[in-house]
Amino acid sequence: MAAGIILVIGILIMMFRLEVLVDIVKRKSGKPGHSNKINAFLFMAFGIVGVVWILWYSWAEFDRYNLPLASKHGAETDELFWITTAITGVVFIITNILLFYFSFKYQHQEGKRAKFYPHNNKLELIWTVLPAIALAVLISKGLIVWGDIMEKAPDDAEVIEVMGYQFAWDVRYPGKDNSFGDYDFRLIDGSNLFGLDLEDDNSYDDFSALEIHIPKGKTVLVNIRARDVLHSFYLPHFRVKMDAVPGMQTHFKFEATKTTAEMRAELNDPEFNYELACAEICGRGHFSMRKIVVVDELEDYEKWKAQQKAWLKLNPDYLSKVPAAKREAAIIKAGITKEELNASL
Amino acid sequence: MATAELKIASDTHHDEHDHEHHGNFWTNYVFSQDHKVIAKQFLITGIFWALIGGAMSVIFRLQLGFPNATVEWLKPLLGDWITADGKIDPEFYLALVTMHGTIMVFFVLTAGLSGTFSNYLIPLQIGARDMASGFMNMLSYWFFFVSSVIMFSSIFIETGPASGSWVIYPPLSALPQAMSGSGLGMTLWLASMALFIVSTLLGGINYITTVINMRTNGMSFSRLPLTIWAFFLTATIGLLSFPVLLSAALLLIFDRHFGTSFYLSEIYINGEALPNQGGSPILFQHLFWFLGHPEVYIVLLPALGITSEVISTNSRKPIFGYKAMIGSMIGISVLSFVVWAHHMFVTGMNPFLGSVFTLLTLVIAIPSAVKVFNYMTTLWGGNIKFTTGMLFSIGLVSFFISGGLTGLFVGNSAVDIQLHDTYFVVAHFHLVMGSATFFGLLAGVYHWFPKMFGRMMNEKLGYIHFWLSFAGVYLVFFPLHYIGIAGFPRRYYSFTNFNAFNDFTDLNMLVSIAAIITFGAQLIFVFNFFYSIFRGRLASLNPWGSNTLEWTTPRFPGHGNWPGEIPTVYRWPYDYSKPGAKEDFIMQNVPYSETPESNTPEENELIKLELSNDDLIIQAGEETPKKQNDQDNTQEHN
Repeated sequence: MAAGIILVIGILIMMFRLEVLVDIVKRKSGKPGHSNKINAFLFMAFGIVGVVWILWYSWAEFDRYNLPLASKHGAETDELFWITTAITGVVFIITNILLFYFSFKYQHQEGKRAKFYPHNNKLELIWTVLPAIALAVLISKGLIVWGDIMEKAPDDAEVIEVMGYQFAWDVRYPGKDNSFGDYDFRLIDGSNLFGLDLEDDNSYDDFSALEIHIPKGKTVLVNIRARDVLHSFYLPHFRVKMDAVPGMQTHFKFEATKTTAEMRAELNDPEFNYELACAEICGRGHFSMRKIVVVDELEDYEKWKAQQKAWLKLNPDYLSKVPAAKREAAIIKAGITKEELNASL
Repeated sequence: MATAELKIASDTHHDEHDHEHHGNFWTNYVFSQDHKVIAKQFLITGIFWALIGGAMSVIFRLQLGFPNATVEWLKPLLGDWITADGKIDPEFYLALVTMHGTIMVFFVLTAGLSGTFSNYLIPLQIGARDMASGFMNMLSYWFFFVSSVIMFSSIFIETGPASGSWVIYPPLSALPQAMSGSGLGMTLWLASMALFIVSTLLGGINYITTVINMRTNGMSFSRLPLTIWAFFLTATIGLLSFPVLLSAALLLIFDRHFGTSFYLSEIYINGEALPNQGGSPILFQHLFWFLGHPEVYIVLLPALGITSEVISTNSRKPIFGYKAMIGSMIGISVLSFVVWAHHMFVTGMNPFLGSVFTLLTLVIAIPSAVKVFNYMTTLWGGNIKFTTGMLFSIGLVSFFISGGLTGLFVGNSAVDIQLHDTYFVVAHFHLVMGSATFFGLLAGVYHWFPKMFGRMMNEKLGYIHFWLSFAGVYLVFFPLHYIGIAGFPRRYYSFTNFNAFNDFTDLNMLVSIAAIITFGAQLIFVFNFFYSIFRGRLASLNPWGSNTLEWTTPRFPGHGNWPGEIPTVYRWPYDYSKPGAKEDFIMQNVPYSETPESNTPEENELIKLELSNDDLIIQAGEETPKKQNDQDNTQEHN
């Protein structure tokens, strides 16, 4: 086979050499020949075919690349996205087509002289000012939307904590007292993934969950943490993305507008689930950091929360880390039953 | 005095033989201090790296386009990086992505482009015998060479090369326990980059000094070809920003090996809490992007300079808005330093900074737009010859438009929330920076090949190369916009884990096939390049009818470039198709006294200065900026 490949390449090179020699004999060098016309034509053809193809694909496949939207601020960012698409789309088509058209129209002609046109201040001023105006629109709109999104969350927002680690996410809810217990990375171990500080009273009713539940129609503030390397908290359907940084908490607030059930009905897909993904390279399993996000109606959400068991209740052996004076209070706050207590002892 | 000797040497030998007889093989071709030889060394090393970087992208595109196919047949090449079930190892996938980025950005588009063309063209186009310091120039290449050897060797070590992506964000890159590539591979990456930065700085200082000090008589800044302006500004940006990357890398080395905590804080990994506290990973990102963003323009500006020259020459028209082109390049250069944090909108940086950087980022679109419109107006009314270099230059402008416009999405912080680190960003920068610059590099090679090697490259192969590459690049990168709008994140080994990302196998397959074809087309170029060095058609002295000084040198310029005196410059470099002129170009070294038929009244005034003695010529050279202004205005009224 290797010999075959060498033979084929050899023949190709021979043909190439022959073609070159014939070309040298036939054509005076330096003068543009037929190929100049062909190249000019190809530019024009490429431009037309390209633009038609892009327009057709953008139209026909819209539902495939347009990700369903389920958050309030997402409507604003999507709107800004489409405004930008409209402006840049028009510029994209006009400038590219003109570029190809000029290449075609002003192809070399024997005996013709190019126009000596070194500059024109008026023209240059126009195309400095026009983009500046378009940009002013995009910037001002962008800054307003950005300001809204990054504004401080209202005091009654539902606060949850999400932590990324190689290679999964975990979520923590503050529990009935509505305040998170302190944490310390030095307290982390195989069960205490969050490094919950059991000397803090607030930690006793904190709970974790396999799926992230959030309510519809209420602002959710996510406190984002990372345990080892950078991750990025990415909820594509909610237009939410914020890096998870070790040693520094980050935040993102948003409001879901459609429950999981509503989205399933809308997409006619009973299997549909909102997903949390990682958007910052974090190692071997970067592509598998998935967690399901469930959006409930507010009352269902409250019901779900009430059913969740405190982390301490599920890990009663950690009671030994609770200072003796607080242990009784911790048992009550975590809702640990006598049987569970006995079983752990 | 060295130049004087060299001049004598080339005087006696230049018409007998291709190269000079003094010196031996080692000093002429290996440890040469001749800028032309060093340029070729950079070019050939760049081509080598481009093939490696391109091949890597083909391998990871196989995984993305055909996630279910086995690639057992790559086992002889990749060994244990192919898993037992015939797949690319996920960690090696990340290593490929990382090395592809590093190689392409730094080794191909920085060293391969600036190293080649700044070295080759600065002395030839400004009328200098060589660089200000030939020795530093030689060192610059050899630092790059050693850096290349280290980076290349890192591909073959057992734990694999660096794999935390080309931005090497800590803590991932700082902790060997986070991924295997962060062990020895990362150490070698940092060592290689440190040497690379030294090489860039040595080169940059030389380029700047040469442009400022060594221009020939009459070559004022307002008569410099736009290529030189671009190289000059590029070197300046590099000189100011690369040291910051070096400091970022040094601090990372400290964190990795000496127990410091510049970037590390509160980390629990592999069942162990690390002692580091108080550092910030965000600090690294600021330092990295303080170079990283100017780097985009370090890469792009030389390509824009080359394109200006090639488009003007082959449209047979002066570049439209010469002063506006310089102004916009200066604008881009200055702004490039105050936009870096647009890479960090969603890193947890203060949102107020996000607003500031959105504003500054979008402003940079204005000078970019001016450049595009000026290119298009240069084509308008031209008499265009589609040389291969010209095709690639027009391709560059198209990529620059298409990729530049998407910058308005990702540069706007609110829109960037969704698009950040998705394939939309991949599409954006591969078009505007990667492909556009790559086309600029190719345009430069095709255009200056006759000067470099005294022979022509084959045009038909060049056309095939161009059309396959042009269509190929659009087919690779345009579909990625849709995949990005659909939210697909970057640097994913596979998308099968997510319901949200389980579509677009068809587009991904198309992209991969296009990538393979595009890569294949580059092999045509490699063949054409090396074949033409030895067997190409002999080149005439000025095959494109160009105005700049390099075309006044002999077919094989010796060490010292001009056998006799260095030509004096009397006019700007873009007198193409000047009304009244005999030919459609007037070279820069033609005095106005020889072209009475095409002179404007102001230019006739300059003749007096030309006829006086040498001292006056120097003065004239220094005074020209103002004169040039007047001259331009009158041309407009004509």
